[in-house]
Amino acid sequence: MASGSATEYVTHHLEHLKVGEGFWTLHIDTLIVSWVLGLIFLGLFWSVARRASVDAPSGIQTVIEACVEFIDNQVSESFHGPKDFVAPLALTIFVWVFFWNLMDLLPVDLFPQIMLLFGVEYVRILPSADMNGTFGLSLTVLALIIIYSIKGKGWGGFGKELFTHPFGGHPLLWPANLMLNIVELIAKPVSLGMRLFGNLYAAEIIFILIALLPIWAQWIPGVAWAIFHILVIPLQAFIFMVLTVVYLSLAYEEH
Amino acid sequence: MGINATLIGQMITFTVFILFTMKFVWPPIKQAMSEREKRIADGLASAERSQHELELAKERAAEHIREAKAQAAEIIEKANRQGASIVDEARDEARAVAEREKAAAEARIEQEVSQARAELRRNVSELAILGASRILEREVDAKAHQQMLDELANQV
Repeated sequence: MASGSATEYVTHHLEHLKVGEGFWTLHIDTLIVSWVLGLIFLGLFWSVARRASVDAPSGIQTVIEACVEFIDNQVSESFHGPKDFVAPLALTIFVWVFFWNLMDLLPVDLFPQIMLLFGVEYVRILPSADMNGTFGLSLTVLALIIIYSIKGKGWGGFGKELFTHPFGGHPLLWPANLMLNIVELIAKPVSLGMRLFGNLYAAEIIFILIALLPIWAQWIPGVAWAIFHILVIPLQAFIFMVLTVVYLSLAYEEH
Repeated sequence: MGINATLIGQMITFTVFILFTMKFVWPPIKQAMSEREKRIADGLASAERSQHELELAKERAAEHIREAKAQAAEIIEKANRQGASIVDEARDEARAVAEREKAAAEARIEQEVSQARAELRRNVSELAILGASRILEREVDAKAHQQMLDELANQV
């Protein structure tokens, strides 16, 4: 394959299906895939939750209960406030991001080829390889961090912490404190979003590159990378979930 | 690539999904789980309680058996004692009866002996008189020798 067409192949695979211009562009593929995955997640869990049996849990119920129990333990370990919101949040993040990442295991050309039959030229089905997807989550988490800071410490407590932590309460130190705190606050969602995006974007690129190999040579690196990815997929979902809970816990509790 | 309005869409979607999970997914599953947990705990507790009760009942049963055995032993002992005393009483009574009868027999013998003796005494004087009158070939005056005859009878 010539290098020109290889470049074309890669860039073609990194092009979103989109509408709109400038900031008001919408990545239709990211949105629809994440909606569909989210609805699968909610539909599955809801259908189980609605007829959750105490005496005779069905097979699928035990799987979902194991998942819920796992999340509940994780949340209980790091978050000591009321869990009515944080635990469902953690479950949503974990399962949803897990489903997102799973899309990485589908062959890179499968969906683009299918969509091509319907006349759609570009499509990317991996929402976590779109910064809008990952930052959509992490900025929501930032908003929750601020909400939980105010909820846990009160307006005064949160404000006081912004100005007096970590260097001390002297008025001359207020600007330094505030700046550091803002950086710290911004760093959290950025690191969360970038970590997930970076991991999955890199993985997608590798899969695309593997797809450039001759067909008989693809399966060795393809299988190896996919197996490695079986580890990465739940791990990244888990990290995102745990860090979110830890951030909320830090925000909620007094230092 | 690059940040655009998709971000806002994702944030809204995310928020809606969280709220849905919080309202319809998490509570029922969690409730079912905790209820099952409680049922299992209750079941185990009641099993333990039954076990405990069973042990108590066993102990009580053993106690009853021990008591019954002790009572039975006591009853047997009492019966033995009573039997022995009945035998003793019967023996004593028999002995008393035998002694009484022996005494009566002895008294009767004594009486008969003294009766015989008295009769003998009576006869002795007559025989003596008869013998003497034969020897003397004449009438002995019984009245004249009465004193001597009485003495003789007394010697018998």
